[in-house]
Amino acid sequence: MIKKISNLGDSALYCDFGNEVNQKINSKVIKYFKNLIKNKIVGVTNITPSYNKLIISFDLEIINFKQLQEKINQITLEDLDKEEKKTIKIPICIDEEYSLDLKRLSENLKTDENEIINLFINKEYFCYMTGFIAGMPFMGDIELKIRLNRLETPRVKVPKGSIGITEQFCNIYTFESPGGWNILGNTPLKIFDKHNLNDPAKIKPGDSVMFYKINKNEYLNWNE
Amino acid sequence: MNKKAYFEILRAGINSTLQDLGRNNQYHIGIPFSGAMDKRNYLISNQLVSNDLNKPVLEFAYQGPLLKLKFGKVSCAITGNVNFNIVRSNKTEEGQCYKMFELGQDDQIDIISTNKSVYGYFSINSGFEGDNYWGSYSTNTKAKIGSNNGEKFSKNQKIFLNNNECISSNRKIEYLNSKIEYIRIIKGTNFDYFSDQAKKILFNSEFVVSKLTDRMGMRLEGPKIENIVNTNIKSEGLIKGIMQVPADGNPIIMLSDHGTIGGYPKIGVVISADYDKLVQSTPGSKIKFQSVDLLEAENLYKIYTMETRNILNQIK
Repeated sequence: MIKKISNLGDSALYCDFGNEVNQKINSKVIKYFKNLIKNKIVGVTNITPSYNKLIISFDLEIINFKQLQEKINQITLEDLDKEEKKTIKIPICIDEEYSLDLKRLSENLKTDENEIINLFINKEYFCYMTGFIAGMPFMGDIELKIRLNRLETPRVKVPKGSIGITEQFCNIYTFESPGGWNILGNTPLKIFDKHNLNDPAKIKPGDSVMFYKINKNEYLNWNE
Repeated sequence: MNKKAYFEILRAGINSTLQDLGRNNQYHIGIPFSGAMDKRNYLISNQLVSNDLNKPVLEFAYQGPLLKLKFGKVSCAITGNVNFNIVRSNKTEEGQCYKMFELGQDDQIDIISTNKSVYGYFSINSGFEGDNYWGSYSTNTKAKIGSNNGEKFSKNQKIFLNNNECISSNRKIEYLNSKIEYIRIIKGTNFDYFSDQAKKILFNSEFVVSKLTDRMGMRLEGPKIENIVNTNIKSEGLIKGIMQVPADGNPIIMLSDHGTIGGYPKIGVVISADYDKLVQSTPGSKIKFQSVDLLEAENLYKIYTMETRNILNQIK
């Protein structure tokens, strides 16, 4: 399944699963990721899955690239997703205060605002990877009809909780951050909670996610 | 009743945070490694005050803090290339790096500046009180995690100390932070995205460290590095030391607080043995790169860790 293993510097191992971005390839990456976590190879310090790559960082004082490569080649993959898959439900408020790009999207896509939101909401998404900033999930794939590129000039500040789309993906800004995704709405739900030490990121690689609409009143009175 | 000892912050300095050996196993949810930028100087600072080597210490950049000790007496040390003063009842004496010293009640330590370097470390034998998140006290101001609620220290805050026992030996070491001639890198996974001319430029030109350099990354300026394949790749994981080249042709090296995912081609990775020296390069200074292979890099790291161990063993 791994097409090529190479070293990334002297203390990381780079697994290449190909160049395409789709759920099938990403599921293989995540399967390796989960198996590696379970195997607890001594010296491994971080495992980072992404669309079609897996990077394994290690402590060079404990293990080196060649030794780790041998271990990776010997790994027997187990199906670790046997337990019933649950879908994470995320509230989204489309009030104009939060749907920063909806009007422009509607004009560019020549599609009614309500239809854009309905197309977005009536679909289950798959989390390809989490990161860039803490807890930010990269999910897909959104309907063909609502795909478009990121903003030509990124915003200096995208508000925390913003839900954005670009190309085939959607994501959630877990912190106020610069960014260029097209913002459809905002969620009051804590997607990253540092006080939840056992499970700080609500959406992790391989998870299923669906959105549901809430009104502004529900948003403002949100209580977890 | 014994009052709890603390430092009152009279001046916070530019970027003063608690750091330790860094945070593992959280890249996959977007939390980087963090930790002390210059690992060797961090370790020496703990050894000088007889601490366990993974205790959090105060890292500062450029201008450090001005601190006043309230209650008790502590043994401390400063490492790096740092100018600092100790003020005792209005008498000012010049501090000396790599040598343990004591501070008593109401004494002040004024960390004036790092000299031709970026980071310095202030350790105390009792240890700073911090917050442990996923096995590390390191402050990450981007994700707002770790000690001090994930923020850098600010004026008028208090930094509490674990206890205020004072050790009375005079630990020191003669240590000189060596100058670097080259930063050595291993070719990255997208090395062949770049033109032959660009590859020559990378290993034959000087690059200047830009002002836009912090704990997250170091931007370099110099001749443009031309990409002939694709200036974007599908986003993938990052590690510290990776050199990425965006479309503008100016390389960026990921440092300890980097974003965990990125979409720029990776032309190279700084070897682990040279990371401490890399991060100490100040904006405006010049850097040259040299290519090494994996085996050389591994050997250089063995030498680096042996040297570090020798230095630590000499401190008694």
